[in-house]
Amino acid sequence: MQTKNAKTMEGIVIELEVNNHAGVMSHVAGLFSRRGFNLEGILCGSIGDGSKSRMYLLVRDDEKLEQIIKQLRKLYDVVSVSVRRDYDLALYSRIHEDNKGTKNFT
Amino acid sequence: MKYSGAEIIIKLLEIHGIKIVEGIPGGANLPLYNALYKSGIRHILARHEQGAGFMAQGMARSTGLPAVCFATSGPGATNLITAIADAKLDSVPVIAITGQVSSSLIGTDAFQEVDTYGMTIPITKHNFLVKKAEELLSVIPESFRLAASGRPGPVLIDVPKDVQLEKIEVSEWPSVLAVDKPPAPDDKVVREAAMAINASERPVLYIGGGAISAGAGPLISDLALKASIPVSSTLMGIGALASGHPLYAGMIGMHARRKTNEMFREADLIIALGVRFDDRATGKVDEFCPRARIIHVDIDGAELNKNKRVDISVISGLAEFLNDILPLIERNDRREWIDKNFGVCDETPEPGNVEPGYFGPKRLLNLIARYLPGDAIITTDVGQHQMWTAQYYPVKIPRTLLTSSGLGTMGFGMPAAIGAALAYPERTVAAICGDGSILMNIQELAVISEERLNVKVIIFNNGHLGLVRQQQELFYGKNYIASGFSCRPDFCLIARGFGIKSYDLGSADDPEGELEKALAEPGPCVINAPIMGSMNVYPMVVPGGGNHEMIGGEGNAD
Repeated sequence: MQTKNAKTMEGIVIELEVNNHAGVMSHVAGLFSRRGFNLEGILCGSIGDGSKSRMYLLVRDDEKLEQIIKQLRKLYDVVSVSVRRDYDLALYSRIHEDNKGTKNFT
Repeated sequence: MKYSGAEIIIKLLEIHGIKIVEGIPGGANLPLYNALYKSGIRHILARHEQGAGFMAQGMARSTGLPAVCFATSGPGATNLITAIADAKLDSVPVIAITGQVSSSLIGTDAFQEVDTYGMTIPITKHNFLVKKAEELLSVIPESFRLAASGRPGPVLIDVPKDVQLEKIEVSEWPSVLAVDKPPAPDDKVVREAAMAINASERPVLYIGGGAISAGAGPLISDLALKASIPVSSTLMGIGALASGHPLYAGMIGMHARRKTNEMFREADLIIALGVRFDDRATGKVDEFCPRARIIHVDIDGAELNKNKRVDISVISGLAEFLNDILPLIERNDRREWIDKNFGVCDETPEPGNVEPGYFGPKRLLNLIARYLPGDAIITTDVGQHQMWTAQYYPVKIPRTLLTSSGLGTMGFGMPAAIGAALAYPERTVAAICGDGSILMNIQELAVISEERLNVKVIIFNNGHLGLVRQQQELFYGKNYIASGFSCRPDFCLIARGFGIKSYDLGSADDPEGELEKALAEPGPCVINAPIMGSMNVYPMVVPGGGNHEMIGGEGNAD
């Protein structure tokens, strides 16, 4: 179980601040499929008073990155876009374990 | 005072200056129509929602201002989708307001329920699903601002029936939001671009739909004349520079004149203004302008370096860029380059031999241009007649050639002509259609008849899906399949069935005189013009090839 999930993640993280409403995830995910961009992982959570969310998109660091960023900036509900090369990607591979927390469901 | 969501929408449309809305009512938008009943806004009842969408496009493309269309939920919304996608690809400010099933039914697969919001995400500039009537007070003004700001585009607002019926207190109406100011260019980049232009020996201006949106034609002409730069336009940019302008070299790309595409190949500098390096314009993009540096100016930063890596990229409104750069441009007559004479020569022959009883497309278009008033608006469908119009019709004024360029939607022409005629009732509008395309929205003849619009529907009738037949002839071993029509409808009879006058140039003793008479008479008519089925559009770039790999049209080289 653990060996499979623990494969090392590669890529970089695009950090988005977005307006927190039901359609935002569709707009962001839709952009990736519509433009043929790869999306390796998404983490998302609300911030502050809940009117905004922060999304962390794990993507490949390739020639498409510039166009991905530009297209994300055009989305109406995307407030800011930044590229993070210094983030610890281990979270994406640990996510299944971390989600279960200390309780052992299995 | 209390207003329902539907009344708020109508009131806000009035505040935004909307005088005409096209659409079709149905269960989920009946509250909206009930509110419209009490309004001074004129409603045009389309016969298919795609027609309503293209009518709104005809208004928006001819005026440059946002236009509005209505549809109900489910099939109303899905029928609208092609027209919205078409507006997205050609950057047209259309606002579509769709009814949706009541909030409590969303997600239950209710009658006439589809996920309009989800389906229109990739084909709109932005879309809204309105949850409460109160949101309309911000969503509607915001939609108008968005549709018209920056690079224009369609916005869809999906409004559940219960939200249309919800009553809320409105004490003050929101005002119209100003359209965003176009971005101004960076000084340093402008200087760099000016240096590149001044140093260039063989520059070319490559202009597109952005030039029309920005109203930048006169400034482009100033730049071209001051620095002696020939100008070529994409299909979307036709009309920005008047045909007959001394430096206008015609359309670029798949059906350009050989000489125009050769000009790009020889150029040492391309100044790309409001274009997106679309494959129909550039041909195989790696082989486009191999000897040239490229300056690309666009209001949408995402277009820069998207399809083609460029040397100098500028995010800017075109007028802002041109106003800034013009004082830095040196006068230069570039004799050697200009003497190559890239200008459009009127002596080009028909694309093929014309047998008696048929019109050559070039002659027919020249006659149409001769008999129509100078400010007439031309719309087209999609296919051979569209390309011939782009090649031969002398478009002199911006926004007088309305054509589905990016999506290439057959059936666009006639409803778009209706929209243009509604926006400009004092002008003549001619829809140049194919006998294939016209059948895709022929039901809208009912609207032309009802409203007695001054629309001349001219059908280039060759009995084929002509551009398909042409490709089968040239690239698929003449294996003609599904491109010829064995049923050739009598379009004149159909027109009369709708109560519209018609003229058949095929059976007329004096076809030319008949055409003149038809175009001069006020009010609507349908004109059937026979074109040979074997006539092709030449020259043509081999699909997937570079723009220098052209077939046919050798005689057009000059």
